[in-house]
Amino acid sequence: MRLKVIDSQRCVGCQSCMFACSRRFGQAGLANTCMNVVSAGGMSKGFKVIVCRACKEPPCAKACPVDAFVVNPKGGIKLKPELCVGCKNCIDACILGAIQWNEETAKPLACIQCGLCVKYCPHHVIEIVEH
Amino acid sequence: MKIENSFSKVLYIDLSKKTFFVEERYDLFSKYLGGTGVATQLLKENCKEGADPLSEDNTLVLAVSPFAGVFPLASKTVAMFKSPLTGDLGESHAGGRSAISIRSTGYGAIVINGKSSVPVYLSIHNGKVRFRNAYTLWGMRSCFQAGAIIRERESGSGIRAIMRIGKAGENGVAYSAVTTETYRHFGRLGMGAVMGSKNLKALVVSGKNSIPLADKKLYREVYNEIYDAAVKSDVMKKYHDIGTSGNVLSLQKIGALPTKNLQEGKFEKAKEIDGVHIAEHYLGRRVACAHCPVGCIHIANIREPHPNEPYFYKTAQVSYDYELLFALGSMLGIGDEKGMLKLIDEVEAYCLDAMSTGVVLAWTTEMYEKGLINIEQLNGLELKWGDWETYIKTVEQIVNQPNDFYKALAKGVAHASKIYGGEDFALAFGKNEMPGYHTGPGCHIGYAIGTRHSHLCNAGYSLDQKMIVDGTKETPQSIVDSLMKEEKWRQILSSLNLCFFARGIYTMDVIKRGLKSVGFDLTEEEINSIGEQIYAEKYSFKFREGFSFANQKWPKRIFETKSPSIEFDPKFMDEALAYAEKKIRELL
Repeated sequence: MRLKVIDSQRCVGCQSCMFACSRRFGQAGLANTCMNVVSAGGMSKGFKVIVCRACKEPPCAKACPVDAFVVNPKGGIKLKPELCVGCKNCIDACILGAIQWNEETAKPLACIQCGLCVKYCPHHVIEIVEH
Repeated sequence: MKIENSFSKVLYIDLSKKTFFVEERYDLFSKYLGGTGVATQLLKENCKEGADPLSEDNTLVLAVSPFAGVFPLASKTVAMFKSPLTGDLGESHAGGRSAISIRSTGYGAIVINGKSSVPVYLSIHNGKVRFRNAYTLWGMRSCFQAGAIIRERESGSGIRAIMRIGKAGENGVAYSAVTTETYRHFGRLGMGAVMGSKNLKALVVSGKNSIPLADKKLYREVYNEIYDAAVKSDVMKKYHDIGTSGNVLSLQKIGALPTKNLQEGKFEKAKEIDGVHIAEHYLGRRVACAHCPVGCIHIANIREPHPNEPYFYKTAQVSYDYELLFALGSMLGIGDEKGMLKLIDEVEAYCLDAMSTGVVLAWTTEMYEKGLINIEQLNGLELKWGDWETYIKTVEQIVNQPNDFYKALAKGVAHASKIYGGEDFALAFGKNEMPGYHTGPGCHIGYAIGTRHSHLCNAGYSLDQKMIVDGTKETPQSIVDSLMKEEKWRQILSSLNLCFFARGIYTMDVIKRGLKSVGFDLTEEEINSIGEQIYAEKYSFKFREGFSFANQKWPKRIFETKSPSIEFDPKFMDEALAYAEKKIRELL
């Protein structure tokens, strides 16, 4: 399964998806969100919805010097935190900017394609589709 | 991390010395929750008694709460300061990303004292404070431009708030606002001028701190209840479909739409400026505050041809709500909706409060019409109802204040009418210009006794509407009792950063359980008592700074133009005021 942005023009920038993603870790706030919704050059221009496209051969995983990113063939990346050295190579490797960063743990945040965010999008901007 | 540490740290910034420090203030948050409750205390502690609002002695407080970043629709940062417009309590709420950013950068409140020697903006990322030189941004005509420049220079895209002032704030206009995320405002009581007087152009805040919970299971349960009510039920419908702008025709229908400085309660061109018409012809996009799935911010696109070149256009994106359509539409007799949207755009670019600006312009027009001021005082601008082009030029004069008359206008309609006359039709309450409801005694008493002298903390107009529909006859005393009861409750809502549009969702039960999930185990009685204490504390600040019920005057105009609710005269209104004073003094 993979996450797909159907129409970013429908996005109102409420970030309910980002909050849902972060809540998976039993916390509130945005510390653990694996996605980002940013304005497309100010609110008047609408929004960019930045999500992981679940590449089959993800450059982020290839860039990891310690093999901390485990690629799920059905979509999504699982981080092995005990291996991660926090070099941020994965962040540089993803040209979408889809790998997020947790400031407190100093580790990357990669989407596991669980689709929880989709349930909290009020305007059907994103959906989960077959890989 | 302990739960309380995630919301109770206060960042103190001294602009004079360019220093800052952080203090744990759980003492305040445990007693007053956050938002309005905590900001009131921080203002009392920091703002010197009798301070000149436009001096270094004034304090600006921004406060969030244990609900910010936690529950949907808890997105309204509370700002508090001493108001340059009224001379007492200044309170203003704005959404955008501000509340989430402040909480996520690690603070429950930010207290700004002193005055910088040069224009600066504050850059606060992940709790770290930097003072940045804002010299080149000062004097820029449009606050949109200033925002765009800061956006390019700063980090935190997607999770930051950029709260900035415009030229109106820099020039000390007493009703200048602060804009955040282009379309949200800390409006009304002159926060823009307070920042301007401190040489503070903007604050950029971002962060991604984690927020711990006390009861995860209960949290998820309450969260989903709120979220579902916001997106699946009809309770928020009136805010997201047409939005508040649909009020134009609702108020027109009952004759409560302030028109041409409230000389009338109906406007012949109401249909042209109503939300339905604007949505059908101009609505280009809807956006939301962070963590609010409702998306009530309506943005109109106005396409304009180049004055000389063919097939060359520019498109401006202008946000609108009911209050703007009343103040810069019907109140000025403007029925040309495109012209009205252009005027709104101008007011926004300067970062002026739209309501006050509209009321000031309406009073000025009537003064000129009646021959009480002359064309020289207006600097050659011949004001007449509906002439939006001249109003656009007048707005610039208010901001730049080229003569004594415009200097007076920049201090508000109460101030200007004291000098030039026309007090009978200067529509201000407690020196704050009226909002867009002339529904009856409820709304006007609400403006007069509400702690912000606006419609924003009470429900006077719904009380009037109830009287219209049910035919009930309220007394001055019963109106005051209802208004005070509602305002005390709204202190709880604003102390939790809740948008007042969500008051139908956030019932006592939801708030109680929500509080429990973040570590506050309070009974209904305790919550009500906190609301009452905050209400009393706000009045105690007002009295400390010289507010007096004896100085409150009713503009004669509200009695001259018939409202749709019950009959009321000055005696009825004075009785309400005397009763309100008695009830408020009992609380102190």
